[in-house]
Amino acid sequence: MKNFTKGFFKENAVFVLFLGLCPTLGVTTSAINGLGMGLATTFVLVMSNLVVSIIKSQIPDKVRIPSFIVIIASFVTMVELLMQAYVPALFEQLGLFIPLIVVNCLVLGRSEAFASKNGVLSSIIDGLGMGLGFSMALTILGGVREILGSGAIFGYKFIEGDGMLAFVLAPGAFIALGYLIVMINKINKKTA
Amino acid sequence: MEYILIIIAAIFANNIVLMKFLGVCPFIGVSSKVETSVGMTGAVTFVMVIATIVTYLLQKYVLDAFEIGFMQTITFILVIASLVQLVEIILKKVSPSLYQALGIFLPLITTNCAVLGVAILAVQNEYNLLESVVYAIANAIGFGLALIVFAGLREHMDMVKIPKAMKGVPIAFVVAGLLALAFLGFSGLG
Repeated sequence: MKNFTKGFFKENAVFVLFLGLCPTLGVTTSAINGLGMGLATTFVLVMSNLVVSIIKSQIPDKVRIPSFIVIIASFVTMVELLMQAYVPALFEQLGLFIPLIVVNCLVLGRSEAFASKNGVLSSIIDGLGMGLGFSMALTILGGVREILGSGAIFGYKFIEGDGMLAFVLAPGAFIALGYLIVMINKINKKTA
Repeated sequence: MEYILIIIAAIFANNIVLMKFLGVCPFIGVSSKVETSVGMTGAVTFVMVIATIVTYLLQKYVLDAFEIGFMQTITFILVIASLVQLVEIILKKVSPSLYQALGIFLPLITTNCAVLGVAILAVQNEYNLLESVVYAIANAIGFGLALIVFAGLREHMDMVKIPKAMKGVPIAFVVAGLLALAFLGFSGLG
Protein backbone atom coordinates (compact mmCIF):
# COMPACT_ATOMS: atom_id res chain seq x y z
CA MET A 1 0.00 0.00 0.00
CA LYS A 2 2.80 2.40 0.85
CA ASN A 3 4.40 1.66 -2.51
CA PHE A 4 1.18 2.77 -4.16
CA THR A 5 0.45 6.01 -2.32
CA LYS A 6 3.96 7.45 -2.20
CA GLY A 7 3.75 8.38 -5.88
CA PHE A 8 0.99 10.88 -5.26
CA PHE A 9 2.46 13.32 -2.76
CA LYS A 10 5.60 12.24 -0.90
CA GLU A 11 7.53 11.17 -3.98
CA ASN A 12 5.44 12.70 -6.72
CA ALA A 13 7.53 12.44 -9.87
CA VAL A 14 6.86 15.93 -11.13
CA PHE A 15 6.38 18.07 -8.03
CA VAL A 16 8.94 16.50 -5.72
CA LEU A 17 11.46 14.45 -7.72
CA PHE A 18 11.43 16.69 -10.82
CA LEU A 19 11.52 13.74 -13.21
CA GLY A 20 9.83 13.68 -16.59
CA LEU A 21 9.64 17.43 -16.91
CA CYS A 22 9.74 17.64 -20.70
CA PRO A 23 6.35 15.98 -21.37
CA THR A 24 4.97 17.67 -18.25
CA LEU A 25 5.56 21.08 -19.75
CA GLY A 26 5.13 20.15 -23.38
CA VAL A 27 1.71 18.52 -23.50
CA THR A 28 -0.24 20.19 -20.70
CA THR A 29 -2.00 22.82 -22.75
CA SER A 30 -5.28 21.29 -21.58
CA ALA A 31 -6.40 18.93 -18.83
CA ILE A 32 -7.39 16.19 -21.26
CA ASN A 33 -4.00 16.20 -22.99
CA GLY A 34 -2.29 15.95 -19.62
CA LEU A 35 -4.49 13.03 -18.61
CA GLY A 36 -3.90 11.21 -21.91
CA MET A 37 -0.15 11.60 -21.66
CA GLY A 38 -0.22 10.54 -18.01
CA LEU A 39 -2.13 7.34 -18.76
CA ALA A 40 0.13 6.46 -21.70
CA THR A 41 3.16 6.88 -19.44
CA THR A 42 1.49 4.85 -16.70
CA PHE A 43 1.00 1.93 -19.08
CA VAL A 44 4.66 2.00 -20.13
CA LEU A 45 5.75 2.36 -16.51
CA VAL A 46 3.72 -0.61 -15.26
CA MET A 47 4.67 -2.90 -18.14
CA SER A 48 8.38 -2.08 -18.08
CA ASN A 49 8.49 -2.43 -14.28
CA LEU A 50 6.79 -5.81 -14.66
CA VAL A 51 9.21 -7.11 -17.29
CA VAL A 52 12.30 -5.70 -15.60
CA SER A 53 11.37 -7.25 -12.25
CA ILE A 54 10.83 -10.64 -13.91
CA ILE A 55 14.10 -10.79 -15.84
CA LYS A 56 16.29 -8.75 -13.52
CA SER A 57 18.42 -11.72 -12.49
CA GLN A 58 19.13 -12.62 -16.13
CA ILE A 59 20.53 -9.21 -17.10
CA PRO A 60 24.30 -8.75 -16.63
CA ASP A 61 25.01 -5.70 -14.53
CA LYS A 62 27.11 -3.96 -17.18
CA VAL A 63 24.48 -3.85 -19.92
CA ARG A 64 21.67 -3.13 -17.48
CA ILE A 65 20.79 0.37 -18.68
CA PRO A 66 20.73 -0.43 -22.43
CA SER A 67 18.57 -3.49 -21.73
CA PHE A 68 16.10 -1.42 -19.72
CA ILE A 69 15.95 1.12 -22.54
CA VAL A 70 15.17 -1.57 -25.11
CA ILE A 71 12.38 -2.96 -22.91
CA ILE A 72 10.94 0.52 -22.41
CA ALA A 73 11.25 1.37 -26.11
CA SER A 74 9.27 -1.75 -27.07
CA PHE A 75 6.36 -0.75 -24.86
CA VAL A 76 6.51 2.84 -26.07
CA THR A 77 6.24 1.59 -29.64
CA MET A 78 3.21 -0.47 -28.64
CA VAL A 79 1.53 2.57 -27.04
CA GLU A 80 2.37 4.63 -30.11
CA LEU A 81 0.70 2.15 -32.46
CA LEU A 82 -2.31 1.61 -30.17
CA MET A 83 -2.96 5.33 -29.78
CA GLN A 84 -2.58 5.92 -33.49
CA ALA A 85 -5.23 3.28 -34.11
CA TYR A 86 -7.78 4.05 -31.38
CA VAL A 87 -7.39 7.72 -30.38
CA PRO A 88 -5.91 9.41 -33.47
CA ALA A 89 -7.01 12.91 -32.37
CA LEU A 90 -5.12 12.69 -29.07
CA PHE A 91 -2.18 11.11 -30.87
CA GLU A 92 -1.98 14.13 -33.17
CA GLN A 93 -2.10 16.50 -30.20
CA LEU A 94 0.62 14.79 -28.22
CA GLY A 95 2.74 14.27 -31.33
CA LEU A 96 6.45 14.06 -30.72
CA PHE A 97 6.05 13.48 -27.00
CA ILE A 98 4.72 9.94 -27.41
CA PRO A 99 8.01 8.50 -28.75
CA LEU A 100 9.77 10.68 -26.20
CA ILE A 101 8.30 8.59 -23.35
CA VAL A 102 11.40 6.46 -23.97
CA VAL A 103 13.64 9.16 -22.60
CA ASN A 104 11.30 10.13 -19.78
CA CYS A 105 13.69 9.86 -16.85
CA LEU A 106 10.81 8.72 -14.65
CA VAL A 107 10.37 5.40 -16.47
CA LEU A 108 14.06 4.51 -16.56
CA GLY A 109 14.42 5.81 -13.03
CA ARG A 110 11.78 3.43 -11.64
CA SER A 111 13.27 0.45 -13.53
CA GLU A 112 16.69 1.20 -12.14
CA ALA A 113 15.76 2.30 -8.64
CA PHE A 114 12.82 0.00 -7.87
CA ALA A 115 12.00 -2.80 -10.28
CA SER A 116 15.59 -4.06 -10.53
CA LYS A 117 15.63 -4.63 -6.78
CA ASN A 118 12.08 -5.67 -5.89
CA GLY A 119 9.58 -8.45 -6.58
CA VAL A 120 7.03 -8.60 -9.37
CA LEU A 121 3.93 -7.57 -7.45
CA SER A 122 5.46 -4.62 -5.61
CA SER A 123 7.05 -3.45 -8.88
CA ILE A 124 3.66 -3.40 -10.60
CA ILE A 125 2.14 -1.49 -7.69
CA ASP A 126 5.06 0.93 -7.66
CA GLY A 127 4.68 1.56 -11.40
CA LEU A 128 0.94 2.06 -11.04
CA GLY A 129 1.28 4.47 -8.13
CA MET A 130 4.05 6.47 -9.72
CA GLY A 131 2.23 6.56 -13.05
CA LEU A 132 -1.07 7.70 -11.55
CA GLY A 133 0.76 10.32 -9.47
CA PHE A 134 2.37 11.53 -12.69
CA SER A 135 -1.03 11.57 -14.43
CA MET A 136 -2.49 13.54 -11.53
CA ALA A 137 0.29 16.13 -11.75
CA LEU A 138 -0.17 16.49 -15.51
CA THR A 139 -3.93 16.77 -15.23
CA ILE A 140 -3.70 19.43 -12.52
CA LEU A 141 -1.14 21.44 -14.47
CA GLY A 142 -3.16 21.05 -17.66
CA GLY A 143 -6.31 22.08 -15.80
CA VAL A 144 -4.71 25.21 -14.35
CA ARG A 145 -3.34 26.25 -17.73
CA GLU A 146 -6.64 25.55 -19.47
CA ILE A 147 -8.68 27.53 -16.92
CA LEU A 148 -6.33 30.52 -16.98
CA GLY A 149 -5.49 30.34 -20.64
CA SER A 150 -8.84 29.70 -22.27
CA GLY A 151 -11.44 29.78 -19.50
CA ALA A 152 -12.40 26.14 -19.93
CA ILE A 153 -11.89 22.80 -18.22
CA PHE A 154 -11.81 19.44 -20.05
CA GLY A 155 -12.93 21.36 -23.13
CA TYR A 156 -16.05 22.72 -21.39
CA LYS A 157 -16.00 26.51 -21.62
CA PHE A 158 -17.37 28.35 -18.59
CA ILE A 159 -15.93 31.84 -19.08
CA GLU A 160 -16.91 33.84 -22.13
CA GLY A 161 -14.22 35.52 -24.20
CA ASP A 162 -10.48 34.94 -24.35
CA GLY A 163 -8.29 33.96 -21.43
CA MET A 164 -4.68 34.83 -20.81
CA LEU A 165 -3.06 33.44 -23.93
CA ALA A 166 0.37 33.31 -22.27
CA PHE A 167 -0.78 30.36 -20.12
CA VAL A 168 -1.51 28.20 -23.14
CA LEU A 169 1.84 29.17 -24.67
CA ALA A 170 5.24 28.14 -23.37
CA PRO A 171 5.91 30.74 -20.64
CA GLY A 172 2.73 29.86 -18.76
CA ALA A 173 3.85 26.25 -18.45
CA PHE A 174 6.99 27.16 -16.59
CA ILE A 175 5.33 29.73 -14.36
CA ALA A 176 2.31 27.57 -13.49
CA LEU A 177 4.52 24.59 -12.64
CA GLY A 178 6.78 26.79 -10.49
CA TYR A 179 3.88 27.96 -8.36
CA LEU A 180 2.31 24.49 -8.18
CA ILE A 181 5.61 23.15 -6.77
CA VAL A 182 5.54 25.86 -4.12
CA MET A 183 2.04 24.79 -3.11
CA ILE A 184 2.91 21.08 -2.96
CA ASN A 185 6.00 21.93 -0.90
CA LYS A 186 3.77 23.70 1.60
CA ILE A 187 1.31 20.79 1.79
CA ASN A 188 4.08 18.21 2.20
CA LYS A 189 5.67 20.23 4.97
CA LYS A 190 2.42 20.39 6.87
CA THR A 191 1.75 16.66 6.70
CA ALA A 192 5.34 15.63 7.40
CA MET B 1 18.64 31.38 -47.65
CA GLU B 2 16.79 28.27 -46.64
CA TYR B 3 19.57 27.30 -44.27
CA ILE B 4 19.58 30.73 -42.63
CA LEU B 5 15.84 30.34 -42.07
CA ILE B 6 16.33 26.94 -40.45
CA ILE B 7 19.06 28.32 -38.21
CA ILE B 8 17.15 31.39 -37.04
CA ALA B 9 13.94 29.45 -36.48
CA ALA B 10 15.71 26.76 -34.44
CA ILE B 11 17.76 29.13 -32.27
CA PHE B 12 15.24 31.86 -31.55
CA ALA B 13 11.67 31.46 -32.73
CA ASN B 14 11.34 27.76 -31.88
CA ASN B 15 14.01 27.53 -29.21
CA ILE B 16 14.28 23.89 -28.30
CA VAL B 17 14.20 24.33 -24.54
CA LEU B 18 11.99 27.34 -24.02
CA MET B 19 9.46 26.79 -26.81
CA LYS B 20 9.51 23.06 -27.53
CA PHE B 21 10.25 21.87 -23.97
CA LEU B 22 12.92 19.41 -25.01
CA GLY B 23 15.88 18.95 -22.70
CA VAL B 24 14.22 20.62 -19.74
CA CYS B 25 15.74 18.17 -17.23
CA PRO B 26 19.38 19.21 -17.81
CA PHE B 27 18.14 22.78 -18.25
CA ILE B 28 16.85 22.80 -14.67
CA GLY B 29 19.36 20.32 -13.25
CA VAL B 30 22.73 21.41 -14.64
CA SER B 31 22.29 25.11 -15.15
CA SER B 32 23.32 26.39 -11.74
CA LYS B 33 26.75 27.47 -12.98
CA VAL B 34 27.82 29.02 -16.30
CA GLU B 35 30.94 26.85 -16.46
CA THR B 36 29.12 23.52 -16.27
CA SER B 37 26.52 24.76 -18.74
CA VAL B 38 29.23 25.37 -21.31
CA GLY B 39 30.56 21.84 -20.79
CA MET B 40 27.09 20.34 -21.12
CA THR B 41 26.45 22.32 -24.30
CA GLY B 42 29.67 21.04 -25.83
CA ALA B 43 28.79 17.42 -25.09
CA VAL B 44 25.22 17.77 -26.33
CA THR B 45 26.28 19.48 -29.57
CA PHE B 46 28.70 16.68 -30.29
CA VAL B 47 26.21 13.86 -29.72
CA MET B 48 23.28 15.67 -31.30
CA VAL B 49 25.03 16.33 -34.63
CA ILE B 50 26.46 12.81 -34.97
CA ALA B 51 23.20 11.21 -33.84
CA THR B 52 21.21 13.19 -36.39
CA ILE B 53 23.53 12.13 -39.22
CA VAL B 54 23.46 8.45 -38.23
CA THR B 55 19.70 8.34 -37.64
CA TYR B 56 19.09 10.14 -40.94
CA LEU B 57 21.04 7.51 -42.83
CA LEU B 58 19.37 4.69 -40.91
CA GLN B 59 15.92 6.10 -41.57
CA LYS B 60 16.59 6.48 -45.29
CA TYR B 61 18.49 3.29 -46.07
CA VAL B 62 17.13 0.84 -43.50
CA LEU B 63 13.77 1.86 -42.02
CA ASP B 64 12.25 3.36 -45.17
CA ALA B 65 13.91 0.89 -47.52
CA PHE B 66 12.45 -2.10 -45.70
CA GLU B 67 9.23 -0.32 -44.69
CA ILE B 68 9.74 -0.88 -40.99
CA GLY B 69 9.09 2.68 -39.87
CA PHE B 70 7.45 1.48 -36.65
CA MET B 71 10.88 0.47 -35.39
CA GLN B 72 11.95 4.12 -35.39
CA THR B 73 11.81 4.76 -31.65
CA ILE B 74 13.76 1.64 -30.70
CA THR B 75 16.36 2.12 -33.41
CA PHE B 76 16.99 5.77 -32.67
CA ILE B 77 17.34 5.38 -28.92
CA LEU B 78 19.75 2.48 -29.39
CA VAL B 79 21.82 4.57 -31.80
CA ILE B 80 21.98 7.41 -29.31
CA ALA B 81 22.81 5.18 -26.35
CA SER B 82 25.64 3.46 -28.21
CA LEU B 83 26.89 6.78 -29.62
CA VAL B 84 27.17 8.19 -26.13
CA GLN B 85 29.15 5.12 -25.07
CA LEU B 86 31.36 5.39 -28.15
CA VAL B 87 32.03 9.09 -27.66
CA GLU B 88 32.93 8.38 -24.06
CA ILE B 89 35.45 5.67 -25.02
CA ILE B 90 37.02 7.66 -27.87
CA LEU B 91 37.33 10.84 -25.84
CA LYS B 92 38.99 8.93 -23.00
CA LYS B 93 41.72 7.71 -25.39
CA VAL B 94 42.14 10.74 -27.67
CA SER B 95 41.70 13.71 -25.40
CA PRO B 96 41.75 12.91 -21.69
CA SER B 97 41.55 16.58 -20.77
CA LEU B 98 38.31 17.09 -22.69
CA TYR B 99 37.03 13.82 -21.23
CA GLN B 100 37.77 15.14 -17.77
CA ALA B 101 35.88 18.33 -18.55
CA LEU B 102 32.80 16.64 -20.00
CA GLY B 103 33.07 13.45 -17.97
CA ILE B 104 29.99 13.48 -15.81
CA PHE B 105 27.73 14.97 -18.48
CA LEU B 106 28.25 12.32 -21.10
CA PRO B 107 26.14 9.49 -19.63
CA LEU B 108 23.37 11.97 -18.87
CA ILE B 109 22.94 12.77 -22.54
CA THR B 110 21.27 9.44 -23.32
CA THR B 111 18.20 10.53 -21.41
CA ASN B 112 18.28 14.07 -22.76
CA CYS B 113 15.14 14.15 -24.86
CA ALA B 114 16.54 17.00 -26.96
CA VAL B 115 18.82 14.56 -28.80
CA LEU B 116 16.10 12.05 -29.66
CA GLY B 117 13.66 14.88 -30.29
CA VAL B 118 15.88 16.59 -32.86
CA ALA B 119 16.60 13.29 -34.61
CA ILE B 120 12.88 12.53 -34.92
CA LEU B 121 11.96 16.10 -35.89
CA ALA B 122 14.59 16.17 -38.63
CA VAL B 123 12.95 13.08 -40.12
CA GLN B 124 9.41 14.45 -39.66
CA ASN B 125 10.33 17.75 -41.35
CA GLU B 126 11.66 15.74 -44.30
CA TYR B 127 15.01 17.51 -44.36
CA ASN B 128 17.80 16.23 -46.58
CA LEU B 129 21.16 15.29 -45.09
CA LEU B 130 22.71 18.77 -45.20
CA GLU B 131 19.56 20.42 -43.86
CA SER B 132 19.42 17.87 -41.04
CA VAL B 133 23.00 18.65 -40.03
CA VAL B 134 22.32 22.39 -40.10
CA TYR B 135 19.14 21.82 -38.10
CA ALA B 136 21.00 19.76 -35.48
CA ILE B 137 23.77 22.35 -35.12
CA ALA B 138 21.29 25.22 -34.85
CA ASN B 139 19.27 23.37 -32.20
CA ALA B 140 22.41 22.62 -30.23
CA ILE B 141 23.27 26.32 -30.32
CA GLY B 142 19.74 27.15 -29.20
CA PHE B 143 20.05 24.65 -26.34
CA GLY B 144 23.39 26.18 -25.33
CA LEU B 145 22.06 29.71 -25.55
CA ALA B 146 19.11 28.99 -23.28
CA LEU B 147 21.26 27.00 -20.84
CA ILE B 148 24.01 29.59 -20.54
CA VAL B 149 21.69 32.60 -20.30
CA PHE B 150 19.68 30.79 -17.66
CA ALA B 151 22.80 29.78 -15.72
CA GLY B 152 23.87 33.41 -15.68
CA LEU B 153 20.49 34.39 -14.26
CA ARG B 154 20.64 31.69 -11.60
CA GLU B 155 24.12 32.76 -10.49
CA HIS B 156 22.70 36.21 -9.82
CA MET B 157 19.70 34.75 -8.02
CA ASP B 158 21.96 33.33 -5.33
CA MET B 159 22.51 36.87 -4.14
CA VAL B 160 18.93 38.07 -3.84
CA LYS B 161 16.38 37.46 -1.14
CA ILE B 162 13.77 34.91 -2.18
CA PRO B 163 10.83 33.67 -0.08
CA LYS B 164 11.78 30.38 1.58
CA ALA B 165 9.15 28.26 -0.13
CA MET B 166 10.21 29.53 -3.56
CA LYS B 167 13.93 28.80 -3.17
CA GLY B 168 15.66 26.48 -5.60
CA VAL B 169 13.59 24.81 -8.27
CA PRO B 170 10.28 26.76 -8.01
CA ILE B 171 11.91 30.15 -8.59
CA ALA B 172 13.97 28.59 -11.38
CA PHE B 173 10.74 27.64 -13.15
CA VAL B 174 9.25 31.09 -12.77
CA VAL B 175 12.43 32.70 -14.12
CA ALA B 176 12.44 30.19 -16.99
CA GLY B 177 8.85 31.27 -17.71
CA LEU B 178 9.90 34.91 -17.91
CA LEU B 179 12.81 33.95 -20.16
CA ALA B 180 10.38 32.03 -22.38
CA LEU B 181 8.20 35.13 -22.47
CA ALA B 182 11.20 37.07 -23.79
CA PHE B 183 11.84 34.43 -26.44
CA LEU B 184 8.18 34.61 -27.43
CA GLY B 185 9.08 37.99 -28.87
CA PHE B 186 11.11 36.22 -31.55
CA SER B 187 8.16 34.23 -32.85
CA GLY B 188 7.24 35.27 -36.34
CA LEU B 189 10.92 35.44 -37.29
CA GLY B 190 10.91 31.82 -38.45
